[in-house]
Amino acid sequence: MSIIQVKNLQKSFGHIEVLKDINVEIQEKEVLCVIGPSGSGKSTFLRCLNRLEDISGGHVIVNGHDITDSKININKVRQEVGMVFQQFNLFPHKTVLQNITLGPIKIRSIDKSNAESRAMELLAKVGLKEKAHSYPGELSGGQKQRVAIARALAMDPKIMLFDEPTSALDPEMVGDVLDVMKQLAKEGMTMVVVTHEMGFAREVGDRVIFMDGGYIVEENKPEELFGNPQHERTKAFLSKIL
Amino acid sequence: METILAALPYLLEGLQVTIYIFLIAIILGFMIGMIMALLRLAPIKVLNWISRIFVDAIRGTPFLVQLFFIYFGLNSLPWISFDSTTAGIITVAINAGAYFSEIIRAGIQSIDKGQTEAARSIGLTSVQTMRFIILPQAFRRMLPTITNQSIISLKDTSLLSIIGIADLTQQGEIQASATFEAFKIWLTVGVIYFVIIYCLSLLANFLERRFELR
Ligand SMILES: Nc1ncnc2c1ncn2[C@@H]1O[C@H](COP(=O)(O)OP(=O)(O)OP(=O)(O)O)[C@@H](O)[C@H]1O
Ligand SMILES: [Mg+2]
Repeated sequence: MSIIQVKNLQKSFGHIEVLKDINVEIQEKEVLCVIGPSGSGKSTFLRCLNRLEDISGGHVIVNGHDITDSKININKVRQEVGMVFQQFNLFPHKTVLQNITLGPIKIRSIDKSNAESRAMELLAKVGLKEKAHSYPGELSGGQKQRVAIARALAMDPKIMLFDEPTSALDPEMVGDVLDVMKQLAKEGMTMVVVTHEMGFAREVGDRVIFMDGGYIVEENKPEELFGNPQHERTKAFLSKIL
Repeated sequence: METILAALPYLLEGLQVTIYIFLIAIILGFMIGMIMALLRLAPIKVLNWISRIFVDAIRGTPFLVQLFFIYFGLNSLPWISFDSTTAGIITVAINAGAYFSEIIRAGIQSIDKGQTEAARSIGLTSVQTMRFIILPQAFRRMLPTITNQSIISLKDTSLLSIIGIADLTQQGEIQASATFEAFKIWLTVGVIYFVIIYCLSLLANFLERRFELR
């Protein structure tokens, strides 16, 4: 049984139809990578999976809940779906520890000391235990992104969404973040990753989808899609970036 | 010097009234501003309009006209009656509220959208997001403009002497005509206002440093 089902997903901004007809199923523990040219709707697709964008048409079923149903408690569903942004979006007025414990304390009503010890475990996991009491402004980009991952994990999500998590990083920071993501994948996290890191997609991805013009043009195992692309547009895109 | 010393107790009595009115009005004004800002940003058209009309009406009319409307105008209605102090407090509060509303709205809108998205993606409700993520950051940014508006409102209270409130300005007038020493009395009144406003900005500086932007 797939943990995410996307059926005939459509998304328009005003008159501009950004997602035209997206159909995809994501299995539990699968790592799905999403690639495609700028403006093809990758971020929009990802943001529809936790309804950060209002969905214009079709159905998105996450962990059994149809989130296009306006009666659903979307906050409940979002607790199960962690998201990591290109620009980190840490809360600058809170320490690293407070960033991570905010959700557990305010939403899950976990008491502070339990939330903090769990946060310290997560910080250890992303290699930033010593930064617990720093503010985001005092961290490098790579450190911020690892804190952002820890913050998302603190809610014990079933699914993690990543929107170009390494695109805003200096090259020497990229590896640290990718390592954390690889570790997550190994532990069996279901992940949807919009990325330009073809190395990561090849190594960690179970499946890659290539998006262009609001459609999924091609979807396949990474070695197939990169090694033997079927569509002209995929070939053209890959020849540009590889 | 003797003239000033003799007048000082009366002036300080007036100062008490000024501060009393200012404090109540600024707190009420802040609450009004907060409510109006949230109405303005709410995803419901009618609420947006209510807030806009309120803010535009206040910003588009002189303070004195607002004061006269509330004290003389509203008071002339058979089912309304309040004393001059109440009218004064209401006017200053409403006037400050309109300006605060714009300051707060701009402050909230100045916070990056990514903050809301990150908070909502964790599962916080929109109210929790406002309370724990947006407002704390927005207030730090707003502090200088809030101080500024508070100082303006404090100065506005001196106009309340016109409807007979015994504030610092009113006491100044009484003392000036009683002593025939207009120069000394008004100089003293000015110095007192200056000191109070100076203290206000010191307080604001302290708060700004306390909640330094990170
Ligand atoms: N809030 C919005 N309002 C209007 N148009 C938008 C909005 N968000 C995205 N778009 C448009 O939708 C299209 C797809 O955007 P999206 O961000 O999903 O692309 P992307 O594939 O993630 O691109 P990139 O690789 O540059 O991140 C773009 O043409 C963009 O201009
Ligand atoms: Mg994008």
